[in-house]
Amino acid sequence: MKTPHILIVDDEPNIVMSLEFLMRKNGYQVGIARNGTEALAAIAQTPFDLVLLDVMMPDVDGYRVCQQLRQRPDRAGTKVIFLSAKSREADVRKGYEAGADLYIPKPFSTRQLMEKVRELLTM
Amino acid sequence: MSKLLVIGFSFGYLALLFGVAYAAERRSAARKSLVSNPYVYALSMAVYCTAWTYYGSVGRAAHYGLEFVGIYLGPTLLAPAWWLVLRKIIRVCRQQRLTSIADFISARYGKSASLGALVTVVCVLGIVPYIALQIKAIAASFVTMTGSSAGVGGPAATTALYTTGALAVFTILFGVRSVEATERHEGIVLAVAVESVLKLVAFLVLGVFVTFGLFHGFADVFDQAAAVPALRQLFTLRGSGTSSAGWFTLLALSMSAVLLLPRQFQVAVVENVDENHLRKAMWLFPLYLIVINLFVLPVAFGGMLKLGGRGLDADTFVLALPLAAGHFWLALLTYLGGLSAASSMIIVETIALSVMMSNHLLMPLLVRVPAARPEGQTRWFAYLGRVALKSRRLAVVLVLLLAYIYYAMVGKQLPLVNTGLVSFAAVAQFVPAVLGGLYWKGGTRRGATVGLLAGFGVWFFTLVLPTLVGPGRLPASILTEGVGGIAGLRPFALFGLEGLDYLSHGLFWSWFFNIGIYVGLSVAVPPTALELRQADVFVDVFTRRSLAEEVAGWQGRTPFPDVRALLLGFLGKKRTNQALRTFATRFPDAVPSENPTSDPDSVPHSSAHPFTPADPRLLTYAEKLLAGSLGPASARMLVASVAGAEQISYDSVVGILRESQQLLEANRQLQKQSRQLQRLTDELRAAYDQLQALDQRKDEFLYTVTHELRTPLTSIRALAEILADNPELEEEERQRFQLTIGREAERLTRLISLVLDLEKFESGQATLDRNRVVVPELVAEALEAVGQLLRDKQIALHVDVPADLPVLSADRDRLMQVLVNLLSNAVKACQPHGLGRISVLAWPVADVLLLCVEDNGRGISPAAQHLIFDKFYQAHNQNIRKPEGSGLGLAITKKIVELHHGRIWVESALDQGARFFIELPLPVSAVPTAVYSPSLSA
Repeated sequence: MKTPHILIVDDEPNIVMSLEFLMRKNGYQVGIARNGTEALAAIAQTPFDLVLLDVMMPDVDGYRVCQQLRQRPDRAGTKVIFLSAKSREADVRKGYEAGADLYIPKPFSTRQLMEKVRELLTM
Repeated sequence: MSKLLVIGFSFGYLALLFGVAYAAERRSAARKSLVSNPYVYALSMAVYCTAWTYYGSVGRAAHYGLEFVGIYLGPTLLAPAWWLVLRKIIRVCRQQRLTSIADFISARYGKSASLGALVTVVCVLGIVPYIALQIKAIAASFVTMTGSSAGVGGPAATTALYTTGALAVFTILFGVRSVEATERHEGIVLAVAVESVLKLVAFLVLGVFVTFGLFHGFADVFDQAAAVPALRQLFTLRGSGTSSAGWFTLLALSMSAVLLLPRQFQVAVVENVDENHLRKAMWLFPLYLIVINLFVLPVAFGGMLKLGGRGLDADTFVLALPLAAGHFWLALLTYLGGLSAASSMIIVETIALSVMMSNHLLMPLLVRVPAARPEGQTRWFAYLGRVALKSRRLAVVLVLLLAYIYYAMVGKQLPLVNTGLVSFAAVAQFVPAVLGGLYWKGGTRRGATVGLLAGFGVWFFTLVLPTLVGPGRLPASILTEGVGGIAGLRPFALFGLEGLDYLSHGLFWSWFFNIGIYVGLSVAVPPTALELRQADVFVDVFTRRSLAEEVAGWQGRTPFPDVRALLLGFLGKKRTNQALRTFATRFPDAVPSENPTSDPDSVPHSSAHPFTPADPRLLTYAEKLLAGSLGPASARMLVASVAGAEQISYDSVVGILRESQQLLEANRQLQKQSRQLQRLTDELRAAYDQLQALDQRKDEFLYTVTHELRTPLTSIRALAEILADNPELEEEERQRFQLTIGREAERLTRLISLVLDLEKFESGQATLDRNRVVVPELVAEALEAVGQLLRDKQIALHVDVPADLPVLSADRDRLMQVLVNLLSNAVKACQPHGLGRISVLAWPVADVLLLCVEDNGRGISPAAQHLIFDKFYQAHNQNIRKPEGSGLGLAITKKIVELHHGRIWVESALDQGARFFIELPLPVSAVPTAVYSPSLSA
């Protein structure tokens, strides 16, 4: 089985830093995008196995990124986990409507996150 | 010209009128009225235009220019007010079954018989000369047509006599047919309308003939007239010699006349079928007046130009012009037009006067006489009814006879217009009593009676007495030296008042005394209960069904058959039964009936027991019915003769009036309270909405804050967990993570203190630690604080802050916070890689210091510009994140500036950069002196 490829999308460098460390530590291949536009470009280029997606970003927000991803049949295999400080019920529902597989509010437990990542990737 | 032909046409024309009237009556009986429409109504109002209009206007215009317009201008100006005044009079008269101006005034002031009689006398004395004037016009026009002599024994006077006789027959046949005066006279109305059409058409045809036949259009007539100095004078209002007082008098007189002249009252009020007809009449009637006056000036000038030298009376131009031109048939048409104008006036005026004379002069005397025997009551009443009808017919003859005698004796020497205006002035004496009666509840019988007497007396003294001066009559010294040699009693300069024309003078003094006494006495002497009740019924006719009307004045236990006998006598069997049925449907509880299932055609009352007392309401109803036949005063006396004196207790009327007043007042109070309640409800709702909005904003704020707290917390938690789970980390990496945790913790701390700060500002607890602040130093320090950010993005910086700026008195740390916030916002807005530019500028303006931070970044849309200072802004804009910061920075900045009594605002557009301005007040001592000493700044 080839190494899963994971895209980290967040405009907070420190969060990116910790997520990158976690993913590499678990043996995944990592791509990084610091805003929505970068994320869409990366998705267009690479069929990622999983996207860790922030919602609030300076340009294109996470929901839109997810929606556009879901509109691509060639990216049907890509899983999406929202990681967001927006934690209201309405925000979460919106995330699932946009096509997320999972919505995890910030701050999250790294251990739980890794469990879920593994779970999704083996599905 | 052949006398026989003219006489033949005259009587032929009158015969035609008979036919028209007869047809209208037939149609009316068949319920296919020709009269019940606004056009006939408006045309019948044109009875206002008499022979005086027809012949006299031209005569007047020939000597006084535009002055003739005055008496048509008044009604035209008043027409819009008809909807208020005339409609109210119509409503009152219908409700009270009033049929003349005398009825109206008498009923309003306690159904006073004496007041009714007084009004009637004034009318007869004032109007008979006016009728004489019409007879004179007929005679004069006959003379002009036939060229015969104008002597009393001559054919002119004979024609006038016969014409008058024919008109009397016509009037009696069609005007005085039933004892019930409230009944409409459809035949008369239609005849009058037809005559109005004829006189209009005839005058227009003549006008067209003169203007376009004898001359070449309007321009030609006026050009030729302008060439004659005497005529050119008439072109202007001033040149025609009528003073402004004179104009005012003409307007006031004609306004009074069009409402209150007996004939106008007859056609406009009594003959009105539907109040809504007024709407059309309000513009149709003035239109008629305008059209009929269109050709007055051309005909007058034409007459002066063509016939000026022949010594003809200008009043005859209308006939003389076509005759001189040899157009006999046109002259005949014009003559018939004049006959129409005169005859319609005579007919309607005579009907009105005859009813008034019978109801107010004769009947009050007769109804006082009790029936000889109780059993003979019905017969006595029936006899009275016949007398009423006969007396009216007699009155018609009497009025016309008086008019003819006046014409034969005095009238021939007077010009047409003067007599008319003097008549108007007599009728104008009713204005205070009528208008006061309609709109002022305080007017009383005593005030109206004495006021009217005084006004009439002055009218006679100032306007009539002078016409009696002459050889063989009164000595001329009266005019020059005053009555009995007293200078204050000169008819043309009463109490030394000089300088007014005689009409204005007479009107002024008569109204002065009339109004003064009416108001004065009304205020001084309290009204009786009956007057109070009537005042209430009249004044409030529109606003509510007066409670006062329900005050039953008739309390005696009158046997019902007596009431029936009374009605039977005056109205006849058919009309009585019909009226009683109407009453029974309106007040079912007031009807004594032993057999409720009796067949509908039978009158319920006939089955009543002979000694059943009549309901007081039936008596009131009967009184109103009779008022329609005999006038209000006689009707009251008559009902009193069977029911005993009408006893309205003062207390009951006052009580009821007070009750209705209280009801009104309570209603007003309730409305006020309900308005207040409504307002309170609105305020409450607004407050609630505001609270809700505030609540929501608080939620949003909390959400924003927690959201902002979550971001550093996420990093801290993740890194802490990584550190704990990975003991084997390299030292360098461990240190990096630990350092980051520290930095994120600081960020958290900053955020929390910002929130606390804002809270402090919001609650008003923040204070300023004011000190001397040197602006250039402050700016330098703030730039140092953001130096790293600037360098990271390679932003070009431009600073223009003069070293000699005035020193501020401010909280240094707070201002620093403001500057750093604005600068870091500017940095965030700018693009990286050396494309960004930021300027910091400061300069004093008058007594303030302006600070500006400008960037060339992405700018702020106009819609967002006032939102960005809102601490909740970011919450509105949820998914697109402001690049960095808490979203609270500008909110706090604004608070700080405001705490310094300054202002902050932004100028920007999308992608055009942003310019933030701060205006801070300078301490008084620091205001640059140059502002106050121009010599230095120069």
